[in-house]
Amino acid sequence: MSDILYAFAVAPFKDMAGSPAFLGEVLLGGVFAGLMYSLVALGFVLIFKASGVFNFAQGVMVLFAALTLVGLLERGVPVAAALVLTTAVMVALAFAIERVVLRPLVNQEHIILFMATIGLSFFLEGFGEMIWGSNVKKLDVGIPDRSFMMAGIHINQLELSAAVTAAILVAVLAAFFHRTRIGRALRAVADDHEAALSVGIPLRTIWVIVWSVAGLVAIVAGIMWGAKSGVQFSLSLIALKALPVLILGGFTSVPGAIVGGPIIGVGEKLAEVYWGPLVGGAIENWFAYVLALVFLLFRPQGLFGEKIIERV
Amino acid sequence: MIYREAGQFKTSYGSDQAVFPIAQDRVVVALAVVAAFVVPPLVASEYWLQAVLIPFLIYALAALGLNLLTGYAGQLSLGTGGFMAVGAYSAFKLTTAFPQFNIILVFLMSGVIAAGVGLLFGIPSLRIKGFYLAVATLAAQFFLIWLFNRVGWFVNYAPSGTATAPPREMLGVMVTGPHATAEVRYIVALALVVVFAAIAKNLVRGRVGRSWMAIRDRDIAAEIIGVRPLRTKLLAFGVSSFYCGLAGAELLFLYLGSVETLAFDINLSFLVLFMVIIGGLGSILGSFLGAAFVILVPIFLTNAPHWVGIAMRTDTQKHIELMIFGGLIVFFLIVEPHGLARLWQITKEKLRLWPFPH
Repeated sequence: MSDILYAFAVAPFKDMAGSPAFLGEVLLGGVFAGLMYSLVALGFVLIFKASGVFNFAQGVMVLFAALTLVGLLERGVPVAAALVLTTAVMVALAFAIERVVLRPLVNQEHIILFMATIGLSFFLEGFGEMIWGSNVKKLDVGIPDRSFMMAGIHINQLELSAAVTAAILVAVLAAFFHRTRIGRALRAVADDHEAALSVGIPLRTIWVIVWSVAGLVAIVAGIMWGAKSGVQFSLSLIALKALPVLILGGFTSVPGAIVGGPIIGVGEKLAEVYWGPLVGGAIENWFAYVLALVFLLFRPQGLFGEKIIERV
Repeated sequence: MIYREAGQFKTSYGSDQAVFPIAQDRVVVALAVVAAFVVPPLVASEYWLQAVLIPFLIYALAALGLNLLTGYAGQLSLGTGGFMAVGAYSAFKLTTAFPQFNIILVFLMSGVIAAGVGLLFGIPSLRIKGFYLAVATLAAQFFLIWLFNRVGWFVNYAPSGTATAPPREMLGVMVTGPHATAEVRYIVALALVVVFAAIAKNLVRGRVGRSWMAIRDRDIAAEIIGVRPLRTKLLAFGVSSFYCGLAGAELLFLYLGSVETLAFDINLSFLVLFMVIIGGLGSILGSFLGAAFVILVPIFLTNAPHWVGIAMRTDTQKHIELMIFGGLIVFFLIVEPHGLARLWQITKEKLRLWPFPH
């Protein structure tokens, strides 16, 4: 019994103290991986805030964006043109979703909208793979997947650039939300649909904009994830990785998604490296959820979510 | 048009609150159940029994379980696959450890074990609500699947990592294993579904069901009028997991014969949730309609190109199937967000007055 206790409660910490450089590498790897989750979680938060839709299709949107981009590049379209075209496709998709899915389902219960986005994810997956094929593709964005040493720690160039991209994206989004007219309208809608409507903010336009922005975030996430692990069906599964980030940070909080990602990433990596071997490994799949669940028990609205006030 | 309830006067609360208050309904349902027991084993081919009817019954039972939790008690769960896996693996362990136990008893016991696990994972529901809870139940899903995948004890250390249903007989007839005929397995599955659908129907129209619905509609208000949230929510998780566990055990023993954990992955949870929502949240009939829809549509989509004579590459066809399936889900949600059960109800109301609607 004391052996088991020692293996779980003491040995991992001794390992950590034993080689701080390795610990640093694990931590850094966790932060970077977490920021990649944040990129996906960001798309969820944007849509949930503005339209109250829990958009399960976000993961497939990432896949779809990456597939479109790679497909265009493979057909010899220059990089800049391919990016513009992919953006156009995602905006068109936002229009189509608003018109076909959201508008007829306005004022339905959350769970119905949630289901509709699952239907949407089936559709997009079939559509994307039918047009662009379902084999694994390489996405080369010109960032080498190499490591360099800094302060005795290996740093992966690709992961570093993903982290930088995530930071820039968040800065741009924050500026967009707080400095522009449309951003103010978006925040108004997020606060209160009816009040926003009554002061003349067109809800439908706002929805199209939000879904377009989420589409753009999906492109960025798609490029980063595609460069890391190739463009393939499993990209859509990272949505499941983003969910713990989402509940940890709070469904309605952009900073929550950004901070939640690294927390989940670091927790996951630490658990996998130091405790994983003790229980047979591959605990990454569920550990993030349990971590998020523990946080939730103390803060049911997530770290930065709005306080839930219930009235009868 | 079909029938009129004129002249059937209720003189007691009992007859007014009956499951089927109209005499014709009672006759039709009784006949339908008898027909379900007699007709398919006589006329249906092996393929229909094995590929359509047996999975339909099993999924309907799982959908029934999830509907009790999500449709009646309002707790969104994405852990159905995990709870079904608990049922399947505990049935496997029980029947290999105690071969003398009747297989039905084993099914029921594994349902009880699944209920216990469901209770455990239902505890967060007291504090977490809505989508947060849905994501929290994913923790159950991923953890349970990982557990069954990693721990060899659950499959008796089979090197392939699969649990295979051993042959078991009941009343001298093979019920499970490779030598059990599809007819026998169909009848066992049907009997279980009929019994548990009847139990569910009675559960939801009684005190338990009313307190579930009170929690679903406004939990704080329910608490104030004296519904205990702790007991009610946990009971919903327990009963629902019992149904799911039973369905999981049937999935292994009556349908697939041998399973890996892959059979119970997150897609199964979504599939059952589809059935509940397409069929109708908070409707017993809806669980059956939803299960039929989700089973039949892919079969139809797979075979449709052959019928009209279009030859397609299999992967293209697979993608088109996905698109149509996704499109149909959105379409049905738009047409009737309350599901097929509501459509049926509306049709019945219209037929009642037809052809003189005014």
